[in-house]
Amino acid sequence: MDKEPNIIAFCCHYCAFTAADLAGTMRQQYPTNIRIVRVPCSGKVDVNMILEAFVEGADGVMIGACEPGGCHFIQGNLRARKRVDYTKKLLEEVGVDPERLEMYYIAASQGPLFAQTSREFTERIKRIDAEKAKTVAQSQGTNGESV
Amino acid sequence: MIVAEQKPFDEIYERAKRHKKILLMGCGTCVTVCMAGGEKEVEILASQIRLAARERGDDITVEEHTITRQCDDEFFDEATARKVAEADALISMGCGVGVQFCAERFAEKTIYPALNTKFYGATVEQGVWSERCAGCGECIVDQFGGVCPIARCSKSLLNGPCGGSSDGKCEVDPEHIDCAWQLIYERMEKLGRLDELEENKPLKDWTHHRDGGPRTVTREDVKL
Repeated sequence: MDKEPNIIAFCCHYCAFTAADLAGTMRQQYPTNIRIVRVPCSGKVDVNMILEAFVEGADGVMIGACEPGGCHFIQGNLRARKRVDYTKKLLEEVGVDPERLEMYYIAASQGPLFAQTSREFTERIKRIDAEKAKTVAQSQGTNGESV
Repeated sequence: MIVAEQKPFDEIYERAKRHKKILLMGCGTCVTVCMAGGEKEVEILASQIRLAARERGDDITVEEHTITRQCDDEFFDEATARKVAEADALISMGCGVGVQFCAERFAEKTIYPALNTKFYGATVEQGVWSERCAGCGECIVDQFGGVCPIARCSKSLLNGPCGGSSDGKCEVDPEHIDCAWQLIYERMEKLGRLDELEENKPLKDWTHHRDGGPRTVTREDVKL
């Protein structure tokens, strides 16, 4: 698959977004297909926002949050964790691979981790896209033979 | 409030895909509070239907619309009527009352329920709702320390407890159900009214309940 996947990254202002900023400052390379949406806290990210991102064409959605115990708003990240788990179930119900959604804990000081996570998540989405394309091609091929 | 929960997604989608254009109607009252059918839940279900349609290759358009109350005529405004007219079918995220009221208002449209209506209950903590009233038509909770034996005792016993009460829990589901009669005893003890529980309570008059068929409440003084 040559197509670069569209990835939306909801990043909390205090940790993951700062880490993304730091990654840039440190001249760390990470995929350009990631669109960062800065949120005041990962606890602001809700089920409807994540699903809407997929409806609007995202191939993958990642949530960047403070580490457990390090949330600026005490437990917004833990709330986000529950919502992400719930949203994965909703995605599975509709036939979207829940692996297209993931949550990562990235502290403000971890610029390189943000870059590495972005690269790994992009690779994951590319792999899922490739598997899906293969499945679709196989099913169409089978149909073609039977006709 | 009326407490409801969403039906399994597949059950809703199976009905949605019979039509090209669906109007998903939310309700801003009880089912918003119990997080089953308010504006946000409408957004979530609409997104789910859109994603499922894309994945499965179905042609379905979903419109979203939430009104303050689906059980009250005054909230069905022109915008609602217009959106309903443009849709092939409705999916109501209101309770059973809302679904039927929509059906009465829009007789020419097929309407599907997205929720299963459960009971009249209270929010005991965020995300947990618990049954408190059975709508029996004749409230008697004052005789039981403010705890309703009809709604909260699994057997609706007026003269309890039964032998299935253990450590304050009901044998029907000891993990989730408190024995209503334990609660009644404790409350009456606090009120210093334990002696009242010595009296045998007579059979309840069920003519106020469903005995006489569907019920209506009429207030002539407030009618227009």
